[in-house]
Amino acid sequence: MSGWTQINGRAVALPQANIDTDQLIPARFMSAPRADGYGGFLLHDIRQDDADHILNRYTNIDIVVTRRNFGSGSSREAAVYALVDFGIKAVFAPSFGDIFRSNAVNNGLLPAQLPEDDIEALIAVIGREDADATVDLSASTVQIAGQEFSFELDPVWRKKLVNGWDDIDLTTQHDDEIQAFRAARFAAHPWALPAS
Amino acid sequence: MNGPQTLFAKLWASHEVMRRDDGTSLLWVDRHLVHEGSHHAFAKLKSRGMPVAAPDLTFGVVDHYAPTRGSEIASDIRRMIDTLGHNARAHGIRLFDLRDPGQGIVHVIGPEQGLTLPGLLINCGDSHTSTHGAFGALAFGVGATEVAHILATQTIWQRRPRTMRMTINGALGPAVTAKDLALHWISTLGADGARGHAIEYAGTAIGAMSMEARLTLCNLSIEGGARLGLIAPDQLTFDYINGRTFAPKGADWERALEDWSVLVTDEGAAFDQEVTIDANDVAPTVTWGTSPEDALPITGRIPDPAEMSGAKAEQARASLDYMGLEPGMALDAIPIDQVFIGSCTNGRIEDLRMAASVLKGRRAKVPGLVSPGSAAVKKQAEAEGLAQVFTQAGLEWAQSGCSMCVGMNGDRVKPGDRCASSTNRNFKGRQGRGARTHLMSPAMVAAAAVSGHLADVRPLLEGRA
Repeated sequence: MSGWTQINGRAVALPQANIDTDQLIPARFMSAPRADGYGGFLLHDIRQDDADHILNRYTNIDIVVTRRNFGSGSSREAAVYALVDFGIKAVFAPSFGDIFRSNAVNNGLLPAQLPEDDIEALIAVIGREDADATVDLSASTVQIAGQEFSFELDPVWRKKLVNGWDDIDLTTQHDDEIQAFRAARFAAHPWALPAS
Repeated sequence: MNGPQTLFAKLWASHEVMRRDDGTSLLWVDRHLVHEGSHHAFAKLKSRGMPVAAPDLTFGVVDHYAPTRGSEIASDIRRMIDTLGHNARAHGIRLFDLRDPGQGIVHVIGPEQGLTLPGLLINCGDSHTSTHGAFGALAFGVGATEVAHILATQTIWQRRPRTMRMTINGALGPAVTAKDLALHWISTLGADGARGHAIEYAGTAIGAMSMEARLTLCNLSIEGGARLGLIAPDQLTFDYINGRTFAPKGADWERALEDWSVLVTDEGAAFDQEVTIDANDVAPTVTWGTSPEDALPITGRIPDPAEMSGAKAEQARASLDYMGLEPGMALDAIPIDQVFIGSCTNGRIEDLRMAASVLKGRRAKVPGLVSPGSAAVKKQAEAEGLAQVFTQAGLEWAQSGCSMCVGMNGDRVKPGDRCASSTNRNFKGRQGRGARTHLMSPAMVAAAAVSGHLADVRPLLEGRA
């Protein structure tokens, strides 16, 4: 996975709260291999029921601005695959599902939190069309249709997004500590091993 | 650290392999549970040519795609099940396959098999992993990349969540269950009310709850946005575990009891947030919208978006539009097309007993499906005569699996149909495209079945056990 520091692209607003991962990708698509691409599954049923849906009218989109509790519910990482394969690199919302946020960062998608007022201002200025947008990861700023806001970003997540890092590589460097931990844990608490 | 500690802090500390300067901890994983959905993670492992680090601590089960009605298995579903079988064999992982007597929904069989124990850290690529916290285990759901990381290293990087204590005093009324309590708090705090938090449930109402009720409550923690739910283990917990297949035996059991006795929040330990709920305030509760936070007592009416403002009003309007409901309508006047009883939330034996106590000697006015949470629950329900109660009431008695909660196996609600469901999510399209879901307890589902509309179960249970 390659990292990124800046996006210069287009943004749209999805002015709904609680867009859960079941909406982001209905369960019936999740048996597909990733190599086939998940972009077509993004908000599939909602887009199909609404020909005028913003993501049907604008398909070259990098940034989404939405309301609270985005990505709540099921831990399905496929919801992130659908966003990423559609081309989206950043989502701005007042709050996110916790598991979704981790999944997003693990796939190079920025889940950035902004206060409710900032989000409302952005939704108002974007309206029902798309808008010019810039996201700068190192400065933690977003500029959409001339409005600029700063967002908070966990420094670890920033590092991962910028470098496109994979945790497995980092963790295997600590293999000795992990093996020592395992040995000590089961020596002190033999009950913690499954009985056979 | 010598000051008073929370149960959460003790569990966290006992699993911390190391902590980076940035505050992220590498945690040891005692049990890793995988299912058909883990195929992305196994593929990642394969692409790196890595083995599973701890196959002895990894357990697999067929649940999400498990066929429940014996009809032909579609080829994509067959492939998902076969892929898990292949991965389990290739890596030496114990698999509870379709015809295994230990098969069932992952969060039902964990406790059932004695895999879920106090003091363990348990991960699974499923958000309802919070269920296992009912045993005083640190249990939380993760995504596919994290599943791959756990498979490869038996560890997970995590930022420490904030802590919330939810103290529930008083007593739940007759026919008011852990499900009603969960919907009650989620409707009060919001579907993101506990976001970023580990909840410890405490108080007299928790002490009085059965293990299965505690599992239901912890299961639904995620629907309020929490990272995980926790309940301090007590004698009831220990009695439940004793003698189960993978539970400690002999000297290990004695040692375990000793270790588990300290798994409580110390007097005076501080939480980031404290919430208090009076159990006496909780009524049988149902959802009316498309988020678990859209819940009200069955005696209530559909709220009017005109009396709300801004985004909230828009959200309520969209919910009612999807649900095909009008503001002001009495909740117990909402007609239903079908019912479903099952899921990791409410598919255990006590759930089935409760539903059967309402259905006994009555006929359902709508069709419905009952899918027990595991093969063992199914067997026990058949032995107790519960299965017969369901079939005599006109409901279909099926095999165990995630079934109509998530619809991956083809058990779906038809577009526009309205289902009274003992499951955990009333999201748009969750039970099938265009499906309209009303969440409630299994007893309330049974009441809806015999009434043909959402109904208060309490009068139906008068004079019954």
